[in-house]
Amino acid sequence: MEWDWNFVWEIMPTLLEGLKITILATVFGAALAAVIGLVFAILRMTAPKPIAKATSFIVEFIRGTPLLVQLYFIFFVLPDIGIRLPAMLAGIIGLGLHYGTYAAEVYRAGIENVPRGQWEAAKATNLTGRQTWIHVILPQAIPPMIPALANYLIAMFKETPLLSAITVLELMNQAKSVANSSYRYIEPMTLVGIFFLIMSLISVVFLRWLEERYAQVEER
Amino acid sequence: MTDWSGYIGLILQGALVTIELTVLGSLLAFVMAFAAGLGRVSRFLAVRALATTYIEFFRGTSIFVQLFWVYFVLPFAGVTLSPLQAGVLALGLNVGAYGAEVVRGAVKAIGREQREACIALNLSRYQSMRHVILPQALPLMLPTFCNNAIELLKATAVVSLISLTDMTFQAQVVRAQTGSTLVPFATILVLYFLMALAISSGMRWLERRVTRGLDGVRT
Repeated sequence: MEWDWNFVWEIMPTLLEGLKITILATVFGAALAAVIGLVFAILRMTAPKPIAKATSFIVEFIRGTPLLVQLYFIFFVLPDIGIRLPAMLAGIIGLGLHYGTYAAEVYRAGIENVPRGQWEAAKATNLTGRQTWIHVILPQAIPPMIPALANYLIAMFKETPLLSAITVLELMNQAKSVANSSYRYIEPMTLVGIFFLIMSLISVVFLRWLEERYAQVEER
Repeated sequence: MTDWSGYIGLILQGALVTIELTVLGSLLAFVMAFAAGLGRVSRFLAVRALATTYIEFFRGTSIFVQLFWVYFVLPFAGVTLSPLQAGVLALGLNVGAYGAEVVRGAVKAIGREQREACIALNLSRYQSMRHVILPQALPLMLPTFCNNAIELLKATAVVSLISLTDMTFQAQVVRAQTGSTLVPFATILVLYFLMALAISSGMRWLERRVTRGLDGVRT
């Protein structure tokens, strides 16, 4: 079978449609993961012991099981107890929950890396808890976290094809349906690969830039 | 009431396939990680370029796309693989690329003075790598290798989509036959978690083994 450029141009609009959904899922998934991660991190660090322990277990459990199975769980099991979610929403929740547990670790490490002296100085200058967090701790904790968080963002982008398993019409699913209806696999599958490669090469450059930029802040 | 014993048996059969995939995939990944990781610190430009291309390519595209490409596109090039072979190949090459960066990082982290000492003792490049650098670099790699092995275990769920009868695939079969969703999916979630726990405790044991006798060296 030969590579056919006409066929490539023919299927391009369909694939781009899929790419749009892929990017949407990544953006919303990332936003959800950022929030869930913060909740998990704060629960683990400040909640009473039993709750902190339970949160740790939940985080470990989510990290130790495959995203695909979690997506199936959200999409197939939850309707049985009366929660019926559209495929896209189920996918975003799955991505957000899974990567939220990774983000939680990053937040925890970032916050713990702020020296004790900063907390003590905040207390000595009579700042309230809120002021301490907003003006002292977070401005120092967040910049070093950014490259690690961006890393997980890229990882999440690469996991979005899993959403095709729960019928979300993203890039991979569009490619599969094109392939199945025309019996040509080479072009759609290769194009999906190239799309992902291009996007992640761009994001690698972006990541290097982030690392350089925020490493400088740290050295100051 | 459904008779669950037969269905649980089906899922356990799938668990065996998942374990097989994880073990074989890890072996391939381990080999690729060292080949490409040491390739990146090679003194030959061609070897470095080859290793870098491999790493960037497999880290840049997702495991899912690679698997489908191996399974659906390679047959057109005359290479037909069984789902198990395709799964092991894609998983091993993908995780191997992540492992390669770990190997490179660990080898680079060994101090200059160690290399200079090797030169002073007139060790060959192979000897200094084998007897001086790697024994010290290995303990640095293990914790990340542990994470990579768990990532590989989790990635095996994806092979169910190319009709390989692993644990996730069997759970789908059970769901189709019984109409029950909670039991099969909750069962496999727990089983995956137990496997991940087994990997991390095994790695901790290994870590204790390889750090034996290195207590004074590591700071």
